[in-house]
Amino acid sequence: MSTLEIKDLQVSIETQEGSKPILKGVDLTIRSGEIHAVMGPNGSGKSTLAYTIAGHPRYQVDGGSITFDGQDVLAMSVDERARAGVFLAMQYPVEIPGVTVSNFLRTAKTAIDGEAPQLRPWITSVREAMGDLRMDSSFSERNVNEGFSGGEKKRHEILQLELLQPKLAVLDETDSGLDVDALRIVSEGVNRVKGKTDMGVLLITHYTRILRYIQPDFVHVFVDGKVAEQGGKELAERLEDEGYDRYLKAGV
Amino acid sequence: MTTAETSTVDTTERAAGAASTGPAPRERSTVPVQTRSERPTSFEPADFGTPTGREVNWKLSDVRRLAPLFVDEATEEGDESAVSYDVAGLESYLVESTGHDVAPRGEIFEPEDVVAAIAWKRCANALHVRIPEGETVAEPLVARIAGQGEGRHANAHIVLEALPGSDATIVLEHSGSAAYAQNVEILVRDGARLTVVSVQEWDDTAVHAAAHQAVVGTGAYLKHVVVTFGGGVVRVNPSMRLAGEGSEGDMLGLAFADAGQHLESQVYMHHEGVSTKGDVLYKGALQGEGARTVWIGDVLIGQDATGTDSYEKNQNLVLTDGTRADSIPNLEIETGDIAGAGHASATGRFDDEQLFYLQARGIPEEQARRLVVVGFLMEIVQRIGIPDLEERLAADIEAEIARGAGLAPASRAGA
Repeated sequence: MSTLEIKDLQVSIETQEGSKPILKGVDLTIRSGEIHAVMGPNGSGKSTLAYTIAGHPRYQVDGGSITFDGQDVLAMSVDERARAGVFLAMQYPVEIPGVTVSNFLRTAKTAIDGEAPQLRPWITSVREAMGDLRMDSSFSERNVNEGFSGGEKKRHEILQLELLQPKLAVLDETDSGLDVDALRIVSEGVNRVKGKTDMGVLLITHYTRILRYIQPDFVHVFVDGKVAEQGGKELAERLEDEGYDRYLKAGV
Repeated sequence: MTTAETSTVDTTERAAGAASTGPAPRERSTVPVQTRSERPTSFEPADFGTPTGREVNWKLSDVRRLAPLFVDEATEEGDESAVSYDVAGLESYLVESTGHDVAPRGEIFEPEDVVAAIAWKRCANALHVRIPEGETVAEPLVARIAGQGEGRHANAHIVLEALPGSDATIVLEHSGSAAYAQNVEILVRDGARLTVVSVQEWDDTAVHAAAHQAVVGTGAYLKHVVVTFGGGVVRVNPSMRLAGEGSEGDMLGLAFADAGQHLESQVYMHHEGVSTKGDVLYKGALQGEGARTVWIGDVLIGQDATGTDSYEKNQNLVLTDGTRADSIPNLEIETGDIAGAGHASATGRFDDEQLFYLQARGIPEEQARRLVVVGFLMEIVQRIGIPDLEERLAADIEAEIARGAGLAPASRAGA
């Protein structure tokens, strides 16, 4: 049983015009087995939340706290957070020239577990996970994200999720740029891992379509760096019909 | 230090100044400063005079430390007092070459600087390796060249010849210490495929200046690779003429400069034939006070070279402060009818996004840095195509990084 607790989180970024506040007091608690969808219009701070949880240096925390099972996440380095069990599936995965997928996956698994995986079972589980995600086996000898299509990058993110088995997965717009088949394959992957590990999920998305495949227990609507409304999955259905307009108008 | 015709990154300078630069390497390009094809040639050392460091082809070189190679003196031949040659691995492909005038020596080679002219003059008997017509040689042919002592002057002319339809790989390995001037004349006959790899694993006191000149015939292919880890000053200048219809060439380079090392390559790709294809990729890593790399890349697409496809790129990864990378790509095109031509140069410190990605998967920062550096350089190693050598070079890269482990990473641009 794990709990991520975000309290009154305030985050800004440095811009050429100076410091710009993005998150203006966010409260959110995610427990094992729960799926939380964070939705909202562009620029509302959804991705900032994801990157702040993971510890990207670009984001400056001005106030509030993030704890994971009582530990101070904000005091941890990026890799410590990952080793504590927090995983961020990125919207724009980065290319790493000269580093093969198989080397990368083995290195990450070793870092997370604190010891190298046993060779045979590891190769088997990589092969199975790649098969489940309809990834060709030649993938493992390609360099990380180099020349991958948008869909391949997202599958590769979910492949890592399957193999690293975190306690909490933050999925940052994993649905963006996916066609309907890829969306289904990726969503099945998330559901499969959750079924196996009972991880908590923070699903960040602009659109409701991924929620047809991954059913949220809670929906939070982000507007201007704050939670404007929250509820169950019926809230997502309402957003599907009405869009974000009424929040934006209310903000004027 | 940045002038109109060069693109230079000096980390000391940059850390203090430029605030607008992002963490990602910057793509730059420059205009040609001289026509490479018009560089003077001569077999007579006196025609060049002694370089002062102001000449266009010496101005970024370490002329002070290269000075022993400017001395036109008799260097001993036959005995192995300065440099030894272990050619056991390619004995059956050696051809006797006695005297300056015996073909094919000098068929295409023309010294472009005083060091090459002295090496030509003072080496009477060339080392000539010839791959017979139509023969495929599965294993790489390795010549081990070992310097026998700091400052000992040696001159060499080496001819590597691949007869029509042959397919082979020749590796020149350099170790030990010497003051070594070396000409390498590479003849790839029609339809042949040849890989030439020059590996510099010299001691830190070694001084090495090499001129490689290659011609690639009709339908032939040459992969030319320069890998430098060790040596005080190493200047390997390769040029390649894609002379026939459909000639293809790859020019690859990897240099890892530590404190006090000056590693230089002036690279020239000349498209002469129709539908020729060239790819130039040189990468450098720099760490430690005074680590220096110089790359000047010229590509010339001649007026008859229609349908040409050409690309050249130089990338440098700056690992610590106090280093300097000069990178000058030039592209000259004399015909309007080409398939493609491009050039790029990028010098920068670590890409923070790459580090973040790896760390977000639990990989500690130090290890993540190592992965990124190894990966950056392995892109060259992966293209060599000799598994044993690739493995050894990967280990060399790891060892280089380990040497820099105690050094502080390059400061963030603008920080």
